Amino acid sequence: MNKIESKDVNFFYGASQALKNINIAIKPNTVTALIGPSGCGKSTYLRLFNRMNDLIDNTKINGQVLIDGDDIYAKGVNVDSLRKKVGMVFQKPNPFPKTIFENVAYGLRVNGISDKKLIEERVETSIKQVVLWDEVKDKLKKSAFELSGGQQQRLCIARALAIQPSILLMDEPTSALDPISTAKVEELIYELKTKYTIVIVTHNMQQAGRVSDTTAFFYMGELIEHDNTKTIFTNPKIERTQNYITGRFG
Amino acid sequence: MPDENKLAKSKKRKQAVAFGIFRILTYSIVAILFIILSFIIYKGISVINWNFITQMPTEGMTKGGIFPAIVGTLCLVAGSMIFAFPVGVLAAIYMNEYVKDGIIKKIIKQMTNNLAGIPSIVFGLFGMSLFVNKLHFGDSILAGSLTLGLLALPVVIRTTEESLKAVDNTFRHASLGLGATKWETTRRVVLPIAFPNIITGLILSIGRVSGETAPILFTVAAYFLPKLPTSIFDQAMALPYHLYVLSTSGTDIEATRPIAYGTALVLIIIVLIANLLANGLRKYFGKKVKMN
Repeated sequence: MNKIESKDVNFFYGASQALKNINIAIKPNTVTALIGPSGCGKSTYLRLFNRMNDLIDNTKINGQVLIDGDDIYAKGVNVDSLRKKVGMVFQKPNPFPKTIFENVAYGLRVNGISDKKLIEERVETSIKQVVLWDEVKDKLKKSAFELSGGQQQRLCIARALAIQPSILLMDEPTSALDPISTAKVEELIYELKTKYTIVIVTHNMQQAGRVSDTTAFFYMGELIEHDNTKTIFTNPKIERTQNYITGRFG
Repeated sequence: MPDENKLAKSKKRKQAVAFGIFRILTYSIVAILFIILSFIIYKGISVINWNFITQMPTEGMTKGGIFPAIVGTLCLVAGSMIFAFPVGVLAAIYMNEYVKDGIIKKIIKQMTNNLAGIPSIVFGLFGMSLFVNKLHFGDSILAGSLTLGLLALPVVIRTTEESLKAVDNTFRHASLGLGATKWETTRRVVLPIAFPNIITGLILSIGRVSGETAPILFTVAAYFLPKLPTSIFDQAMALPYHLYVLSTSGTDIEATRPIAYGTALVLIIIVLIANLLANGLRKYFGKKVKMN
């Protein structure tokens, strides 16, 4: 079964249509890269999966977005539980002004876990998952702002993983990072896909090529092509995709 | 083509003139404040001593201290803050975090702005008819505090709103993205970050409230009451009104002149202490936010 599926999705900011008839199916435990020029709708599309666009006034969606077979825009869907299942990592590292420990524990606390031991366990596991443990284990009580940008972003990934989502959305997660930190995050994405289904928006072609299994190319609110990353990068079926990949426009 | 050198010189000269004017104006503001302060200190310092701030007024207010007025003002400030601070902060949270952009938000905003524009004497009149007469609180600390609290509300709401707006949206998104509700996000993430700045709202309104005369005129202030209030239903003296009384309708205005200046000095010092205290709190909480 598909992990995520969108059927004839249209999305509007007020009167302007940002997404036109998007149909995509995403398999579990894969990495899907969304690429395309600025304003093509790829970030908007990503934010549909955890209903982050609900926060913007005057938006409208029609069509269906299915996660594990359930329409997440159906009436009666609990958005908070959905977001527990669908974690998100943002463009800029955005740790809370709290300690390193409390940053990761935050999601657990708001989801009703108060068992101290369980929280400590989960925090440690999550930080280890993002390969940050050795760097921060002695300063868990220090402010998260003392970490470097790359460390902060990995902490934000750990924060998302702590509540054990099955899907991880990443909105240009390395655009504010230096090359070494970027490489670390990319390596992480590759490892995380054994446990999670990952959708990543990226401006960086090479990154899409390195980390993803399938790539979807968006242009002006339309999905132009979605295929295996290898096919997209070596032998796209549509000329516009080819032009974008090779840098002839964008 | 104009001569390059000449052009550069004339541009520089214009800039120098412009900023020269700004500089003079800015420094004159500082100078004015300095002059007012030194004038009050010069005129009032002679009467300030321990007795002045701890004794009752005597001999038709021409002698003695201003202790009951100090206590009265402190009571009124505290009372009005107890009312205005929670109400204002909660209203601002509601407006900034919950109400969607639209006509309703616009109306609420316009109303709070209008509230800020109402002359303080009108607040006094309203406080008298509602709190003193209609609700039968009488001329009392309770009626005066509520009236002053109404006056302080717009300041508290405005500064709280600004502090909440200053909290970067990425924090809200991160929290909501982890399955937190809006309320949990507000309580656990937004408020702790905004708190030090919200304190500033408190400072500003304390300054405003402690110096107001018109709203307490018909709701609490006593012309002469040489005893301390024992309950919130008692009348009280207050520094700004005492100052007014001493300067306009005392038994011997010339003789009380120094006391009037002394009263003004005490009032200014109280506001100053409140500001310093609140600034300290802001710094303290500002540090704490980063740590937790």
